[in-house]
Amino acid sequence: MSHAPLLAAEDVEIAYDEAIFAVRRVSLLVHPGEVVALLGANGAGKSSLLRAVSNILHAQRGRVTHGRILYDGTSVAGSSTSRLVRRGLAQVLEGRHCFRHLSAEDNLLTGALGRGSSRLETRRDLEHVYALFPVIAEKRRVAAGLLSGGQQQMIAIGRALMARPRLLLLDEPSMGLAPIVVAEIFGRLARLNRDEGLAILIAEQNAAVALRHAHRGVVLENGIVAAAGTAEVLRSKDDIRAAYLGLGRANIQPVST
Amino acid sequence: MARSPAQPAANAFAPFTLALAIGIALGFVPSDYLFDAVLTPFLAISLAGLGLNLLAGYAGQVSLGSAAFMAIGAFGTYNLLLRVPGLPLLAAIVIAGLLTAALGLVFGLPSLRLRGFYLAIATLAAQFVVQWALDTFNWFSGGDTSGVVEAPPLMIVSLAINTSVRRYLFCLAVVAFLTAVAIRLANSRIGREFLAVRDNETAARILGVKVLSTKLFACVVSSFYIGVAGTLWAFLYLRTIEPDGFDLDRSFEILFVIIIGGLASIRGAFLGAAFIVVLPLVLSRLGDAIFGATFDSGLVDIVEKIILGVLIIAFLRAEPEGLSALFTRVRILLPSQAFSRSS
Repeated sequence: MSHAPLLAAEDVEIAYDEAIFAVRRVSLLVHPGEVVALLGANGAGKSSLLRAVSNILHAQRGRVTHGRILYDGTSVAGSSTSRLVRRGLAQVLEGRHCFRHLSAEDNLLTGALGRGSSRLETRRDLEHVYALFPVIAEKRRVAAGLLSGGQQQMIAIGRALMARPRLLLLDEPSMGLAPIVVAEIFGRLARLNRDEGLAILIAEQNAAVALRHAHRGVVLENGIVAAAGTAEVLRSKDDIRAAYLGLGRANIQPVST
Repeated sequence: MARSPAQPAANAFAPFTLALAIGIALGFVPSDYLFDAVLTPFLAISLAGLGLNLLAGYAGQVSLGSAAFMAIGAFGTYNLLLRVPGLPLLAAIVIAGLLTAALGLVFGLPSLRLRGFYLAIATLAAQFVVQWALDTFNWFSGGDTSGVVEAPPLMIVSLAINTSVRRYLFCLAVVAFLTAVAIRLANSRIGREFLAVRDNETAARILGVKVLSTKLFACVVSSFYIGVAGTLWAFLYLRTIEPDGFDLDRSFEILFVIIIGGLASIRGAFLGAAFIVVLPLVLSRLGDAIFGATFDSGLVDIVEKIILGVLIIAFLRAEPEGLSALFTRVRILLPSQAFSRSS
């Protein structure tokens, strides 16, 4: 990992309504070709951090109050979300947010809106997504709202891939899904990373699955970094296992706020 | 089977072509009543409904100010013809449409912060401000103190649009052209951006859709259509230009047109306008024919309104997605490929 990081969060602090701190002094790096897992319980600040990266915090009256986030060397604060998408930063939001009334294929096509690609390129990207998630190809004409949670998650991921990202952010892709579906989705993401070198930052509560596929992990606890390291190290650390893998008794001290 | 994304299906224009053919064929019916009282107002209201549907149905921004924008279009055309000698009629209509679009942009600004009911209330401001301004400053009516002015004679090059059938055909040509543009737009990337913003703003934003400019663009396009519809309504149907022709009732009427016709559907505007404009006429004729001789005409009027109201409720109960959805369902039952689902 000698090259410049694709994403660098430096000492980031995020507050909502100028009062409620969600994230305090968090730093995080994602290098090209790397899968990084952002772990933590509800309210740890994972989503806030991802939203700050895509510059959509203001929709929830949130703001980065300290530090900075650099994507590909430039600060995201000065870029609109649509510009970031064009520069290859795509995000799959928590809860999928499919367009329920649009067909699976139309949902995927909305993913190409941000990039302004030609019809031919769009077609090719569509086939690429269908190759990755064949089940979606079968359901391409079906309204997204009628598909299962797992299929909707695949649509949401496919939709983000339509923007041809260099860095893909995923917020809680396992939410509400059966373990076997979660395993399938993570398997596909790992394949994307392996075959195409796509850098991925995944916010997850399901640490076991996330660490199985990630290179590195960062554990957030009440808005600060509680632990960080390679996936192997985090997997083997007892306190992490206790706190996030549900094995044994937790002995991480809650960080006072 | 797979429809190419940025290109309307070849058959997206099939129902349009069919309807246009019927429209032209109707031009040969020798009945001024049909043109003056039925078809011309139907087309004008359809166009206004189409404009509102682009904004409300596709982009999800509710507006109660449609009649105000119709008024801006009508008074704009009137003033352009009055004050710019030698300006061709079509140019005046287009410029008035652009003027309406510019004002639509201004009144569209609240949509950046407001949604749903709140936005609807904000658009009422347009309705009241415009009507007030037209009532108060008689400059808009060319100095006429009554505020009601006759539509000037209309000319295209050397052809005077002075008979019922010519007015109808002119109206048909304008509406057909703008409808074709709207079909193209709805099936384009912009149409999908509208839908994305309507269905889920956050998701649209994270996909890189410029939500704010998409909303404002919807306002602009919609206002342009409604402005042109206002010109057609005043010049070709009412043949007078007066603020009262564009009151709040008209705004509601246009909203009902798209709700009954079907949101986010091109043909919905036409089906809805047929329901709202043509059905009362049919009912009134029926009423006169059946009861006219025996009952007081006022009573027959009231009964007609009741029947219309009941029909609307019954209809929406049976098909909440509007006439357009009913149409689609019929098409599924029929083996014919005459109608397309994509508009």
